[in-house]
Amino acid sequence: MTFQEIKLYQTGTFVVGNRLLDPQQRSVQARTGRSNSLTSGHRACQGCGEALGARYVLDAAMRATDGRLVAVNSTGCLEVFSTPYPESSWQLPWLHSLFGNGPAVASGVAAALRASGRDDIRVIGQAGDGGTVDIGFGTLSGMFERNDDVLFVCYDNEGYMNTGVQRSGATPPGAATNTTKVLGHHPGNAFGQGKSVPLIAMAHEIPYVATATVAELRDLEHKVEKAMTFRGARYLHVFVPCPLGWGAASADTIKLARLAKETGIFPVFEAEGGQVTEVSRIRRQVPVEDYLRPQRRYAHLFGDNPRPDVVARIQAGADRNIARFGLLPEGDA
Amino acid sequence: MRSQVEGSQAVARAVTLCRPQVVAAYPISPQTHIVESLSDRVRTGELADCEYLLVESEFGAMSACIGASAAGVRSYTATSSQGLLFMAEALFNASGLGLPVVMTVANRAIGAPINIWNDHSDTMAMRDCGWVQLFAESNQRAVDLHLQAFRLAESLSVPVMVCMDGFVLTHAVEEVDLPTQDEVDAFLPRFLPQQQLDPEEPVTIGAMVGPEAFTEVKYLMHAKQLAALDEIPVIAAEFRSRFGRDSGGLVRPYRLEDAETVVVALGSVLGTIEDVVDEMRELGVAIGALGITCFRPWPAAEVRDALHRAARVVVVERAFAVGAGGIVGQNVRDATRGLPLVVHDVVAGLGGRAVTRASLHRLLEDVVADRLDPARLHFLDLDIALVERELTRARGGRRPGPHAESMLREIGTVASGAYD
Repeated sequence: MTFQEIKLYQTGTFVVGNRLLDPQQRSVQARTGRSNSLTSGHRACQGCGEALGARYVLDAAMRATDGRLVAVNSTGCLEVFSTPYPESSWQLPWLHSLFGNGPAVASGVAAALRASGRDDIRVIGQAGDGGTVDIGFGTLSGMFERNDDVLFVCYDNEGYMNTGVQRSGATPPGAATNTTKVLGHHPGNAFGQGKSVPLIAMAHEIPYVATATVAELRDLEHKVEKAMTFRGARYLHVFVPCPLGWGAASADTIKLARLAKETGIFPVFEAEGGQVTEVSRIRRQVPVEDYLRPQRRYAHLFGDNPRPDVVARIQAGADRNIARFGLLPEGDA
Repeated sequence: MRSQVEGSQAVARAVTLCRPQVVAAYPISPQTHIVESLSDRVRTGELADCEYLLVESEFGAMSACIGASAAGVRSYTATSSQGLLFMAEALFNASGLGLPVVMTVANRAIGAPINIWNDHSDTMAMRDCGWVQLFAESNQRAVDLHLQAFRLAESLSVPVMVCMDGFVLTHAVEEVDLPTQDEVDAFLPRFLPQQQLDPEEPVTIGAMVGPEAFTEVKYLMHAKQLAALDEIPVIAAEFRSRFGRDSGGLVRPYRLEDAETVVVALGSVLGTIEDVVDEMRELGVAIGALGITCFRPWPAAEVRDALHRAARVVVVERAFAVGAGGIVGQNVRDATRGLPLVVHDVVAGLGGRAVTRASLHRLLEDVVADRLDPARLHFLDLDIALVERELTRARGGRRPGPHAESMLREIGTVASGAYD
């Protein structure tokens, strides 16, 4: 008699398969009652990190609010791929106004709900990094400082991907985009530029700020549910790889998101009232080169004319994050 | 109730009586007294069940109104000048989405050079943004137009701006008859949104539309504006029957019965124009005036009907299309196409320059005597000598520097009104 060995769960990871969990502990996505807020049939690219992140964020928020949720969306990939007329992938009330005003529109919705005694209905705003850190930044800061009852979610794919991959204020140093090409002496995007909106959000001392990646979807769901326990302005910054813009394989979206965290390039943490309360530590630190190599936007650092100096500067940036947030595993710090 | 009240206070009271539930505003002169007063009224509870958002910009103000309106509540803001232009993208969005936001514009010039005083450059720049534009010629009409604006906006689901001259009206104290809450409640029913963000019935608002239907969606916006041309007189008639005075409507003829010469204008300058018409009538001149209350949508048929017996039309406008000519004049010319009349475009009262009776008399005497060239854009009270001196100076050097500074140095003052 022949028999086949069956793997019930992955080994060598910290991930526990849903089937081993009590139903109450299963992820929102694993439940039969998930709301499918962003339903199938939309036109995102294969392997889109933003579509994955948005689905988890919205379904978790729908569960946390018992379906009493309104979404406001800034212009960008998420808006475009979800609503090509006359189709819509949204199964919750959803409003798109402009590129730069998502936070202010969300504030207006929240104010209207409060004025009409319906503040049991919660408001979520969402945008890409362009709509959040650049063109929407003024309205975002206004929403923060007024402490309006909005959870604003930035799906950060580190550039203007919808318009054809240009640099944003969230594009990392060294990355090639169509406005930071590897031409002349320029090795991609400049060092010493860009901004961390999670840290800026903390400076507003809003109730809750968190970062997350699409590699740890249970963590993402948890942070959304936690955000919904607060009233006032909350900010969630989700790292979402973009196969198109990064020149990465569609199958590598989760892997790249995990490597961004495990290298220290993208610190995953939570903050309340301006103070860091939790950091998600690195399990096994890896050099940034492991993260950079699979991406064509960094190919110029490893080709015929390699730039180990640039890689070293990127590594130094990751090391600064590790030191700043205390990201090394317990005992290694 | 009649009382002596500042225009801004009267408007703030009128808006309060309309019971908006979200007010989002950013301060800009000369709109400030309106939004300050509304803040007081929300804080004291006179304006109840209203959220007042102190936003970070006019762009944020209009955006918050868009969100609030889509969430199903009556929404209001006020702005001026640069603030209106800073909203530009959101103005088109509100009208494109068909959201019945009401806004007061305290009309003010657009820089550069920066200038806080009154003209119509701001709302004229936004004339094609898809909003209804109603112009008030007095504070009483400003109050009345706000009541009608909410009614119109909500009946057609279009945004409406009420334009009132900055400082000239906003800061002028005059007698205004303010209605009671009961009267306003009877005139302005509760807001029933035509579209609403509601978890019970989820809808997608603001979806992307490509070439397959974009024209049709835009056509519907146009059709709605044309429907407003029918609705505005109906609302004005009901207003008259309830409040006992003529206010609103599309156009307002003044002594047009046998007028060979007609002055067309918008806003507070109509008061001065009507005085001048009276004075010239005393002298036997067959002259009248046509006030444009509703500039967008453009009431072409009413304008044509009002002007069809005239020989000369003088459009006095407080803005112009740089490099092209008059703005209202173009619309008047379009409305009167084929009629045997001459249309003069006269730019007057820019950046707060007073439009005086004396200047209007000189202008209209020239018009009546056919001394004004209708092919040229005419600037009332233009100091042509100052312009010539500056042009001569600028021709003299390779880098002559900024015009504004040297022209102010020429006339030796920075105050307005030193031209006469």
